[in-house]
Amino acid sequence: MRKGLMGIAAVAVMALTSVAHAEEKKVTIGVSIPAADHGWTAGVVFHAERVAKQLMEQHPGLNVIVKTSPDPASQANAVQDLETQGIDALVILPTDPDPLVNAIKEVKGNGKFVALVDRAPSVNDNSVRDLYVAGNNPALGQVAGEYIKATTPEAKVVVIRGLPIPIDQQRQDGFDQGIAGSKVEILDRQYGNWNRDDAFKVMQDYLTKYPQIDVVWCQDDDMAVGVLQAIEQAKRTDIQYVVAGAGSKEMIKKVMDGDKMIPVDVLYPPAMVGTALEMTVANFYGQVPVRGTYTIDATLVTKDNAKDFYFPDSPF
Amino acid sequence: MSVNEESLQATSHRRTWRDVDLRAVAPFAALALLLIVGAIVNPNFISINNLANVATRSAFIAIIAVGATFVISAGDLDLSVGSMVAFVASLMILFMNCGVIADPALMLTAAIAFAVAAGAACGLANGLITTVGRIEPFIATLGTMGIYRGLTTWLSQGGAITLREPEIQELYRPAYFGSILGVPVPIAIILAVTAVAAFILYRTRYGRHVVAVGSNSDVARYSGIAVNRVRTIAFVIQGLCVAIAVLLYVPRLGSTSATTGILWELQAITAVVVGGTALKGGAGRVWGTICGAFILELVGNIMLLSNFISEYLIGAMQGAIIIIAMLVQRSLVRKS
Repeated sequence: MRKGLMGIAAVAVMALTSVAHAEEKKVTIGVSIPAADHGWTAGVVFHAERVAKQLMEQHPGLNVIVKTSPDPASQANAVQDLETQGIDALVILPTDPDPLVNAIKEVKGNGKFVALVDRAPSVNDNSVRDLYVAGNNPALGQVAGEYIKATTPEAKVVVIRGLPIPIDQQRQDGFDQGIAGSKVEILDRQYGNWNRDDAFKVMQDYLTKYPQIDVVWCQDDDMAVGVLQAIEQAKRTDIQYVVAGAGSKEMIKKVMDGDKMIPVDVLYPPAMVGTALEMTVANFYGQVPVRGTYTIDATLVTKDNAKDFYFPDSPF
Repeated sequence: MSVNEESLQATSHRRTWRDVDLRAVAPFAALALLLIVGAIVNPNFISINNLANVATRSAFIAIIAVGATFVISAGDLDLSVGSMVAFVASLMILFMNCGVIADPALMLTAAIAFAVAAGAACGLANGLITTVGRIEPFIATLGTMGIYRGLTTWLSQGGAITLREPEIQELYRPAYFGSILGVPVPIAIILAVTAVAAFILYRTRYGRHVVAVGSNSDVARYSGIAVNRVRTIAFVIQGLCVAIAVLLYVPRLGSTSATTGILWELQAITAVVVGGTALKGGAGRVWGTICGAFILELVGNIMLLSNFISEYLIGAMQGAIIIIAMLVQRSLVRKS
């Protein structure tokens, strides 16, 4: 008797869910991102796949196809391939936005929903995309600058820059705004190419050049690895702390553990590709307006909130 | 400084019967010039600490370039060394992370043997593709450059590969940061590697065969030299040198990433040429090579310590200084 009842219940449940399946609309979303060629893009790939899996479990009618490409030419091909697979929406983090703008416009012109992530072409309006999810480069510098101004108002700071490209300049300008009006003094700015080994060398030379350094701002978690090693080798005790940025698991862990040298980290999260994917899905299933520009804050990660940004399984 | 002047004078005595010596000394003259410029730019430059830092940093390129001296002397070229560093270092760290051997000291010894074997195997692959496959070394090693780099990116999933065992890390750290009788370990290893390489190149039959093959491989073949074997062994020596560089690289940051060793092949080739070895083969100068590697590292150091050069102009200045260093060498050689 009981078995029979349960059997009926099971059938009923199955019938209900199959109705739900039938009602769930079928949506295919293509995600085109750069191949994992360094820490940050490796994080992008990790989070794109993580969020895609999560969303497909929530929405049985949803299909997300993630494709990675090493350069603009192959990414243009990947976008075409995605379109022939009948996508309803494209989420794209371009390797280089300007060479890809025509490929993106093509998709948009065919009436698909386009979400652009992080890197914007020179003309970035609604003829190119419906949604733009961006990190905030000036704020990444500004938040770091304001933290240094508040914590050590008379600090002597050495700066390690990335590569000579616009993103780097925006971060520097933001930093200058952040420390404006304070007695924080910038001793030097040199390029470390967002690379651990180069940052190690630059830091070693800074330590030779300046007998007194209070704070290092190196804007990037990869470079912070080299900086910390150089300081440790020189056995210098004048450096109070290092401010990096991005949100790699290694540095977030240090913040979480209360490491004195890395008291904070400034977020420029590769997980923003997940934000764009979630919002695109909301456009189809949630019937909420998502078109426009969504800028992610450069959140200051401290010991209190670090666990929210810690992904131990991510490669970055 | 005075040492260098003395050696210059010493060679000027002998130049009537042997102009080769002056050519060998030219890179050291360029180095002396750079040291003077550096001392003028920033008084901290000439401190023992700074010079030791720079010499230690140059270890990777210097040791790789010693291997490249063999390959280039034999008339070949190896573009894969930068990727090979990343690949062998990644393999070594993964091996230490896999934890098959519990005892840290034993594990480290095994890992070192493993890295040396991996480096030699990578070099052997380059050599066989070039000689047995009869592919131009430029193309063959361009291919393996992509392969080694790609495999590294795949192993690390684009992120970083980090040494996990703190005990091994502690045990291994002195290999880069330690010193023997006041001399930093990497500098001691540069000297040891170069001494062995100089012995092989100048004092053994194999060394003479390398130079013979590099100056004219047809003549060498008719004289009964196994040309392909000589060339392949040169690539294996290059692989071994890469492995030794890796042994010093891993303890520094304890991690590798997909960007490790990018463009190191060009730096190594530049060091070899600045050191007085002809790119077309047929002559090798091992001591010149490490002098070249030191010059390259020194140029970057001087730029950074100077207060009057914009950070935007560093690349241009580095290029100019390398050319000037070469011109100084040429003028010295011509005078002889």
